Amino acid sequence: MSTALVTDLTIFVLALLIGIEVIGKVPATLHTPLMSAANSIHGIVLVGALLIGVTSHTVVGYVLAFVASFFAAANVVGGYAVTGRMLKMFRRKAQPAQPAAALADGAAQSQAPAQRQTPVPSEPNQRS
Amino acid sequence: MDSFTTNIQLVYVLAAACFVYGLHLMNSPATARRGNQVSMAGMAIAVIVTLVLLIHDGSVTGVGWTVIIVGALLGSAVGLHAARTVQMTAMPQLVSMFNAVGGGAAALVAVYGYIHDESAPGGVLGSTTVFTVLDVIIGSVTFTGSLIAAGKLQGLITGQPVIFKGGRALNAALAVIAVGAAAFMLTTASLPALLIVVLASLAFGVMMVLPIGGADMPVVISLLNAFTGTAVAMAGFVIGNWALIVAGALVGASGGILTKLMADAMNRSLANIIIGGFGTGDTAVAAAVAGDAQVRAIAADDAAIQLAYASKVIIVPGYGLAAAQAQHGVAELAAVLESHGIEVTYAIHPVAGRMPGHMNVLLAEANVPYPQLREMEEINPEFARADVALVIGANDVTNPAARRPGSAISGMPILDVDQAKSIIVVKRSMGTGYAGIDNELYANPKTSMYFADAKRAVAELTAAVKTLVG
Repeated sequence: MSTALVTDLTIFVLALLIGIEVIGKVPATLHTPLMSAANSIHGIVLVGALLIGVTSHTVVGYVLAFVASFFAAANVVGGYAVTGRMLKMFRRKAQPAQPAAALADGAAQSQAPAQRQTPVPSEPNQRS
Repeated sequence: MDSFTTNIQLVYVLAAACFVYGLHLMNSPATARRGNQVSMAGMAIAVIVTLVLLIHDGSVTGVGWTVIIVGALLGSAVGLHAARTVQMTAMPQLVSMFNAVGGGAAALVAVYGYIHDESAPGGVLGSTTVFTVLDVIIGSVTFTGSLIAAGKLQGLITGQPVIFKGGRALNAALAVIAVGAAAFMLTTASLPALLIVVLASLAFGVMMVLPIGGADMPVVISLLNAFTGTAVAMAGFVIGNWALIVAGALVGASGGILTKLMADAMNRSLANIIIGGFGTGDTAVAAAVAGDAQVRAIAADDAAIQLAYASKVIIVPGYGLAAAQAQHGVAELAAVLESHGIEVTYAIHPVAGRMPGHMNVLLAEANVPYPQLREMEEINPEFARADVALVIGANDVTNPAARRPGSAISGMPILDVDQAKSIIVVKRSMGTGYAGIDNELYANPKTSMYFADAKRAVAELTAAVKTLVG
């Protein structure tokens, strides 16, 4: 077993342990964004796809590089975009500015991300 | 390793650190968005430094550049479009698609690596080939498995388990073929063997997910997520890149943890789900009415009276709520109750949805503040203090039969809905849930059944409450 392989394996095992430690602390509320975030992180395979380009000089190589780049880029960009979109929806307080009737259509609402970003100032809690 | 390559590796370590820190920030909804940005920054760093590496290397041909840049740009456009337009209810499908392309890309990296090495004089066989074959197998299985899972979730493929005679034998045969050919690849450089491994793995992915029922999808998606992470880590071994190894290990850990959480919440072992147990589809087919149990049916007005004169209401949403697109209506009902000083919280079972945490996202989209979304362990002690528990589209996760041995769901963690002072169940019929057993909760004297479609029921309740307290 080469030194490089031992190093790689060490890194793998330690990263696995760190992952278990860090991810175990994520609350269930965020499990969908977590999975989506993990999804975008495995898009790092884009780096591997790009590196195919270094040595590919044949049609087969080019085709593999193209498909791999396409897949990995879709994974990275889509993953981060959708994670961001989801996390933007998690807010501490309901937005009083938005009338409840406007909530009826989810699709229309998600098309207007700008207005949802508005920070809500600390207003008195309605329950108290 | 020259100093340039060393520096590049160090930048990859920085990117990996960003991923870890980004995931760490996801431990709270308040910091999660920043976590995603940190992670994204790490990714940008990794991609930029790879481009620098390619330019420095200088051996990339014009065609090579065109191929990877056009491929990446097209992929980005497709990914971005999907991310912007997807409905929150369709999130499990999208995550599954990203698993598919991630696993597919990882497999292709290894396939290319093998073809390239094989074409070298004498064929290169060494320590990397073990990871190469693992990457090809896991990546290919993930690719087709995730496509099938996405198809099931989208309704393109039936959510019912697809089981046929000899299915298990076929699965075993495919596994033996894939592993056998892979073992052959380790000793002899052979492209036909590679092709056999790829095809057998792709077929195995299809055959693995087809027999699994739609309601088991939270486990399947989590498992495929773990697979993708592992495949990417293996790709990291193949090309000797630490960023891929660390990222893949993180995702593998995340998918593994979620798989275990989901399987525990369903009270089923992973083996039981994969091999196929009582998994059925989304809707109960056998609508068995409880013979001896007497249930009390009520109308919207009666239910509204209970809600309007409560001081604490706990809403228990299930997948039926999402399926009926009633989450926005529920949020509106909750808002009306809250504006009259009634305390409203949501009790969320871990498998309320089609992927881990799915229900939370659906309610967050409906403008429900996240402090109101409570996890099972946190909310269960509070049911005793609740005046009304409003169950919408949830069934098995509220069945007290789970506390006793001897039923199909015995031992499954449930929401202690029966502890509430009164219970209103919104349901279309007396049909059984996923487990196919009667829910004892419905026969409880404290329980009233409101038979209606979730969306219509919630709208009627809201209107009735408004007239009462308005």
